[in-house]
Amino acid sequence: MTGVRVLIGTRKGAFVLTSDGTREQWDVSGPHFPGWEIYHVTGSPAEPNRLFASQSTGWFGQVIQRSDDGGLSWEPKGNNFAYDGDPGTHQWYDGTPHPWEFARVWHLEPSLSDPDTVYAGVEDAALFRSTDGAETWQELPGLRTHGSGPFWQPGAGGMCLHTIILDPSDPARMYAAISAAGVFRSDDSGTTWRPINRGLRSGDLPDQDAEVGHCVHRLAMHPSRPEVLFMQKHWDVMRSDDAGESWHEISGNLPTDFGFPIAVHAHEPDTVYVVPITSDSHHFVMDGKLRVYRSRTGGNEWEALTSGLPQQNCYVNVLRDAMAVDSLDSCGLYFGTSGGQVYASPDAGDNWAPIVRDLPAVLSVEVQTLT
Amino acid sequence: MIRVVLPAHLRALARVSGEVQLEVDGQVTQRAVLDALEARHPTLLGTVRDQATKQRRPFVRFYACQEDLSHEPPDDPLPVAVAEGTEPFLVIGAMAGG
Repeated sequence: MTGVRVLIGTRKGAFVLTSDGTREQWDVSGPHFPGWEIYHVTGSPAEPNRLFASQSTGWFGQVIQRSDDGGLSWEPKGNNFAYDGDPGTHQWYDGTPHPWEFARVWHLEPSLSDPDTVYAGVEDAALFRSTDGAETWQELPGLRTHGSGPFWQPGAGGMCLHTIILDPSDPARMYAAISAAGVFRSDDSGTTWRPINRGLRSGDLPDQDAEVGHCVHRLAMHPSRPEVLFMQKHWDVMRSDDAGESWHEISGNLPTDFGFPIAVHAHEPDTVYVVPITSDSHHFVMDGKLRVYRSRTGGNEWEALTSGLPQQNCYVNVLRDAMAVDSLDSCGLYFGTSGGQVYASPDAGDNWAPIVRDLPAVLSVEVQTLT
Repeated sequence: MIRVVLPAHLRALARVSGEVQLEVDGQVTQRAVLDALEARHPTLLGTVRDQATKQRRPFVRFYACQEDLSHEPPDDPLPVAVAEGTEPFLVIGAMAGG
């Protein structure tokens, strides 16, 4: 029997929702780790019952949890994220040097093939890897030390490595995105890295061709076409057709091109979704209407999806890690809001309904398609 | 026997209820108590003090015998009442954050 499991991280705990393939009735489990901030919960593609969760608070720091039974039980694993060597400094908000300091894990990206290997994107920005199921962590220092690191500056939410994409066609190729530094690519399994930000245009940056300094919010890739990347930047929705070597804007007719998440349809590599947000100073949707925008043309031509979503007096945000798709025959789309609602569409965005509401503010949403 | 009282989040993480009771060899200091606590409950590593520097996390406080011991040197002896087990050593999540 097929079904889906939705993994939700919130400001005050984790929730696991399950449903059969109809996606009509949902069982809600949680809160797991109540009271803790859960930046991300995700599952291993190689072993779907293996889940990882990033749990933290300002009081007690970082904890990594692992479940080997699909979220029924959890065990704390290794939480020692020590930078490799003397980490040196990056730029602070005022441009002065600031020591690299670990704050939390924003994003966990399990290996596509090995259930014991998982990557962690952290604040202050760095990439870590565990090859023993999250028991121990080692930095991949080539990213932080490739040369531009001392010039990275934090975004308003901190200097976080929030996106990790593994190329399914080339195990040596991976991408990482950092606010507010930009996108980086490795072609040797994370050993060496280089910035790939050519074509990005970032507001008031004095040098629009700057190698780093771009506030990338999220990347998305369709596994069948890994050289094509989609990006929601601070402002602008962007696309690359050459694995990040160059970028061009595809914001087209969007009402605003500010936003956080971006996702690609599971079966249609040119169908892309974003949730436009009013502006960087108004972190809520436009005109009180919660609208997902879909392009079926790989960008530029967008349509508003509103059926079942609130169209008045709605002022929520949708964060970068809070939208995901399932891979059932009729692709399901899911997103969570700062107001604690998680909406799902079983028909690729045409119709929506809340599958849970009144949760704490949602930080992340991941979906597992179970067979 | 040293008695340690943990905040609710850390009791949940360590899967304990009530006080934690610890044997501490030698002089009873903050460092010795926390070393023993982390040895008994490794899931608490990094949650009370930094794993590398062993410094107290900023929003964690240590109280005992109606005194705030948070800023006392970690190798100073704790009060006799703590060492004798008549008073607990309190690990507190600071009341901060709004």
